[in-house]
Amino acid sequence: MKENGQNQPNSFKVKAGLAQMLKGGVIMDVVTPEQAVIAENAGAVAVMALERVPADIRADGGVARMSDPGMIKEIIASVSIPVMAKARIGHFVEAQILEALGVDYVDESEVLTPADEEHHIYKHDFNIPFVCGCRNLGEALRRIGEGAAMIRTKGEAGTGDVVEAVRHARTVLGDIRRLQAMPDEELMSYAKNIGAPFALVKETKELGRLPVVNFAAGGIATPADAALMMQIGVDGVFVGSGIFKSGNPAERALAIVKATTHYNNPKILAEVSENLGEPMVGINVSSLPESEQLATRGW
Amino acid sequence: MKIGVLALQGAFIEHIKMLEGLGATAVEVRLPEHLEGLDGLIIPGGESTTIGKLAVMYDLMEPLRQFAMEHPVWGTCAGMIFMAKDVGADQPLLGIMDIVVERNAFGRQIDSFETNLDVSVFKNGQGKPFPAVFIRAPKLVDAKGEATVIARLADGTAVAAQQGQWLVTSFHPELTGDDRFHRYFLGLIGK
Repeated sequence: MKENGQNQPNSFKVKAGLAQMLKGGVIMDVVTPEQAVIAENAGAVAVMALERVPADIRADGGVARMSDPGMIKEIIASVSIPVMAKARIGHFVEAQILEALGVDYVDESEVLTPADEEHHIYKHDFNIPFVCGCRNLGEALRRIGEGAAMIRTKGEAGTGDVVEAVRHARTVLGDIRRLQAMPDEELMSYAKNIGAPFALVKETKELGRLPVVNFAAGGIATPADAALMMQIGVDGVFVGSGIFKSGNPAERALAIVKATTHYNNPKILAEVSENLGEPMVGINVSSLPESEQLATRGW
Repeated sequence: MKIGVLALQGAFIEHIKMLEGLGATAVEVRLPEHLEGLDGLIIPGGESTTIGKLAVMYDLMEPLRQFAMEHPVWGTCAGMIFMAKDVGADQPLLGIMDIVVERNAFGRQIDSFETNLDVSVFKNGQGKPFPAVFIRAPKLVDAKGEATVIARLADGTAVAAQQGQWLVTSFHPELTGDDRFHRYFLGLIGK
């Protein structure tokens, strides 16, 4: 419904703008409408609708695909906040289906089994925005070049181990700090070396940050994990398996929301971390063979 | 001038940058004590349900209402929802402005858009249209009593209003390079 003849629908500003509104917030993985309502009531800024959380995808093995549209529609109908859903890397038809369903953001996600081992989706072709994972600045800028309107760290989904999210956030933010110290004549070589579009390298240097919103994802399980990522310098957090694989999802969800707002206030962080019950059972990432690491998917 | 920006969640940094660009001091407000000594407050875009819940949990509702009685307050998008008396849904609201607001009134993200608006309060000498960004935006269904509509879409939908020292916009001036709304808001201080 475009109400006004002179408007320009779905420009990059409009796509990236929704991510701006999600900043300082928590996006939660949910697998049922009931979980979506729990997430909304706990103060989630958006939910990620999927059939299995990453911890279960990891445990079940096999091919992980886009979720059933029927289930995504039920989740859309159950909440007033934005609903995101995942498409496989390179699977632009899954993304077309998600767009047709009215999903607010597509996560082109390494958590699902990649559909293309060389190419990601050309995201400029779509009217809805995309979020993509990254491990370093080059990967982030390649995704933005393809049209991603929001970036997140890959972390290592479904482990409850925050170490990879920390590594990826520190790598991206550290790359940007080094870029800012570079004279302009070095930017072309740098762009070549990290495999990133030159114009975006230059823009990132000028802005001193990524040109789009940058969230943390992959292994965040506690309020302290969320606040750690915020203090390191991301704009908000995704929590996947960490909430609904824990002993008390509603309380943990609320505590992570509070910790993300008050990330710089250790007194509040101490209060919200009390008596949350069992966190999700974690997997130490260093014990995972490389073939089982989801973060290595994406090119 | 010292302006607070409610920083519970949402696009508060963009407002802070705009305010600082105009020479004002901007302060992030997360707890009631952060309101002390402020001359005005902006409630940014974000998710109104999240902002409302966090405001309730950290005892901000009454202090915010009291602050608004004495100072200019401007709500953008979620901030407009939060300031309304009626949004037709059960969620925490400051409920100070005599406006009826409908959430997500244009549809989902795929229906978000940019357009140019004529803003009645900018008419004198600066009549160029304002670039407005609407993101899962609310609309003003009704402005009652002292509340006056100051901008409409071409089809007549009301998208900005003023009631004394209070200002609301469905859209996001903080995402544009145009600082006229921020200037106008600063102009309300001390009136």
